[in-house]
Amino acid sequence: MKLIKIDKKSLKEGIDKLKRTYGVFGPVREKDEFEFKALGAAEMPDFSFSNTRMSPKAIVYPQTQLMFTYSLNDADDDCRILKEVPMDERPRAVIGIRPCDALAFPLVRRNFDTPEYQDTFWVKAYEATTFVGLACNVPCGTCFCTSAGTSPFGKEGLDVLLVEDGDDLFAEALTPKGEALLETAGWTAEAGGGAEEKITALAATANEQISSTVAFDNIKNREILELYNAPFWEEEGFSCINCGTCTYVCPTCWCFDIQDETYGKSGVRMRNWDTCMSPLFTLHASGHNPRTKKVERVRQRFMHKLKYYVDKYDNGIQCVGCGRCVRLCPVNIDIRSICNKMNNFDSEACKCETASS
Amino acid sequence: MQNPYLPYPVRIDKIITETEDKSLKTFKFVFIRPEDEEKFAYRAGQFAELSVPGMGEIPIGIASSPTEKGFVQFTVFKTGKVTSHLHAMREGEIMGIRGPLGHPYPWETLEGKNIVIIGGGFAFTTLRSSIVFMTDPANRSKFKDIHVIYGARSPGMLLYKDELKSWAERDDMHMHITVDGTDDPDWKYHKGFVPTITEKFAPPADADTYAIICGPPIMIKFTQPVLDNLGYSHDNIIMSLENRMKCGIGICGRCNIGKDLVCKDGPVFTLAQLNAMPKEY
Amino acid sequence: MTGYTEKIREIAARLLTEGKVDRVIGFRKGTVPMMNQPHYVTSPAMAGELIWDSHCGLNLANYVTDRKERIGIVAKGCDSRNLVTHIIENKIKRDQLVIIGVPCTGMVDRSKVCALVEGEITSVEESDDAITVSGNGFSKTIAKTDVLRENCAVCTHRNPVIHDEMVGEPVAEQTGVDAYASVKKVEALSPEEKWNYFEDLISTCIRCYACRNACPLCYCPTCFVDESRPQWVGKSQDPIDVRTFHLLRAYHCAGRCTDCGACETACPMGIKVREFTKKLNKDCFELYGWEAGLTLDKRPPLDVYKTDDPDDFIR
Repeated sequence: MKLIKIDKKSLKEGIDKLKRTYGVFGPVREKDEFEFKALGAAEMPDFSFSNTRMSPKAIVYPQTQLMFTYSLNDADDDCRILKEVPMDERPRAVIGIRPCDALAFPLVRRNFDTPEYQDTFWVKAYEATTFVGLACNVPCGTCFCTSAGTSPFGKEGLDVLLVEDGDDLFAEALTPKGEALLETAGWTAEAGGGAEEKITALAATANEQISSTVAFDNIKNREILELYNAPFWEEEGFSCINCGTCTYVCPTCWCFDIQDETYGKSGVRMRNWDTCMSPLFTLHASGHNPRTKKVERVRQRFMHKLKYYVDKYDNGIQCVGCGRCVRLCPVNIDIRSICNKMNNFDSEACKCETASS
Repeated sequence: MQNPYLPYPVRIDKIITETEDKSLKTFKFVFIRPEDEEKFAYRAGQFAELSVPGMGEIPIGIASSPTEKGFVQFTVFKTGKVTSHLHAMREGEIMGIRGPLGHPYPWETLEGKNIVIIGGGFAFTTLRSSIVFMTDPANRSKFKDIHVIYGARSPGMLLYKDELKSWAERDDMHMHITVDGTDDPDWKYHKGFVPTITEKFAPPADADTYAIICGPPIMIKFTQPVLDNLGYSHDNIIMSLENRMKCGIGICGRCNIGKDLVCKDGPVFTLAQLNAMPKEY
Repeated sequence: MTGYTEKIREIAARLLTEGKVDRVIGFRKGTVPMMNQPHYVTSPAMAGELIWDSHCGLNLANYVTDRKERIGIVAKGCDSRNLVTHIIENKIKRDQLVIIGVPCTGMVDRSKVCALVEGEITSVEESDDAITVSGNGFSKTIAKTDVLRENCAVCTHRNPVIHDEMVGEPVAEQTGVDAYASVKKVEALSPEEKWNYFEDLISTCIRCYACRNACPLCYCPTCFVDESRPQWVGKSQDPIDVRTFHLLRAYHCAGRCTDCGACETACPMGIKVREFTKKLNKDCFELYGWEAGLTLDKRPPLDVYKTDDPDDFIR
């Protein structure tokens, strides 16, 4: 493992260099909260954050994305023929992404980049992006990454992992893309001896601080219908107000809507994030709705993340343990409790209980 | 990288009003670029997104058969925003289609078998595609007995009336056309609901007999017990579902039933498969 | 407020035991500090799950809309006013409800508390007028009055206006507060400043509709933003559509809003949604002397027409 040492004082110099080649994104403080933003010429990523309020998924998958344009003017040769829009395919770099959010990209890639179809918008943006992670020295109480496929110092989905150590940053290139970025930034000074040990110690401390976990080892062995028909959904779904908060703040929620908007004689086809919490999501034109009740929609979201995804991809849950939905759900629906409820659910025991009571 | 959301431009070549209440129209599309027709190679049971710029897209089963060349055909029920707009469009207008999408009926399995097609109302489009495909001179010998049970509320609500008539005259298939009721003295086919006609005329079940069912939920609800009574295995009952869709290619996440996406993993499922899935359709 | 939890449990257990209600709706303890969860109990044995503290900012009237069973509902002042509004608007029947009134000294704004400490808060304790928050290496006691939600700070209807049970003696209503101070500040701005103010206010909106969905007033079967035929509002992040949503929603609440603050409490982006509704509350107060949800005997001003209704704002 080749470790680079970056003096924080020289961080700006490197990032300025990166900005000549890459569109650089990083965490910045806005109205008391951190968000990932495209950094302006004078802006620097602010590493004093725990995590950003919104996930950085929008860097690759914006909430509103232009897909095509069209003309409705009969005088135009291409009237009513959709036209592709040139995409920004220039390289971009996300500096300071947390390992949980980084894992979300390869995870949702399973959806966007399939053997049969490639979602060109997502795939091109993803391929153009270099992910420079920042290890979590101090995870927070709602983090459960260690049971969701990664860890505070996890590397999956990253091209570079940065580790903060006082006034220094250690950088490890994990992919050729990452090596190229470090090269471009001029971050080439090798860290001296002991760096590896330091990182191991910091990682161990961070891991110990993860105080919450989810278990899903049993979920795979349950039948879909067994969990689907479990009695706890009614109670767990009661408080839900069916807003889109959980889905929009989630780094792994990928669903979208396609909309045409016409202005005069021309228009655009675009896509917008959508949420399975909305009754509109499944409403047929006939008025029929397969999921009319809110509890059915709550169940859908958790079944998707914790059961359907598990069954479909055999690669863990569709959750990276970032804890955003736990922190931001207006009514405190907690995926950790739901996951554990699903994992511990035993329909046989449930039947016995009902029979004896 | 091919953008899977970009439709092929097509011209509306012909519009046929199918039913007496004018709620169903058949649209014949011709590809503007001939090479797109090659790319749009489909099989019976698949669907496509009809794309009307400014209005949006709708998933509609392909009603033409792969054996019919030079056009693709869809029969559209006027319900929502896009279909209402489509019904007001005229021959010669340009729009888009995207596809073919989803799985066809399992033709590899169906070859060499007896086929019972059971359809109701306007859900007869991919069934038409299947019948035209199977009865094509090049294909007829690949299938054993073919039964078709098709019903609508009234004679005027049947789709593809001329074709129904010609199929009824064929001696290499068994047509059982029915209507819920009619006072037409010249009506020479059955009267009664599809489940009743199925009970009377469907061939007995065996491992070599497959039923393909498309119809309104109420028809399916009452036909299924009939097939059960006749002894049809749930692996031999094939159905086609619909759910609200956007992308049609398994990405936008909207049409799932359990872990399966109707657009990509379906829309064709066996009843045995559906039995293990939530009833979210 | 000490003892409210026990009293709520006791009343809930009694109502369920006596068969007076089919369920009692209240709050249960949340899984993260300063968050509680709307919850229901259906048996006396479950009554112990209910709690009350200064983090019950959501409006439970939102959970009885169009329900058919008999419901015991825990209601602070604003919740009770929304129950009144619900009854007037036929969203629930009075005789379906047993209202368990909670005299309220205000709910705490979680973000204000977080802003006062460095580091993550892992536990919270509460006395009558203060909360103590602690985390890794710190512990801080904060006067509740310093961290009240803004609507609570200017609330003059802390006691339930309608109730069948009470969990404690009525609390003193606040006097001398200027309920509309924030509106007056905005009113004093120039049109351009106002525009910028509201643009900035909603700049972080993600259109999750938590504000709308947390609001007991927003019970339309299909909200105008969700209509597709005709489609009144686009669905993207276009600022025109975001503005349209916030402004129109506020107007739909005119003369009905109790300033319960559930919209702001629910907003994941910390948007001061009340800045829109509050202006209309002020107008209704000044034009019609109306505050929503105070009585079952009068219909809201925009529901009725009187020949002497003020009309000098029509130009």
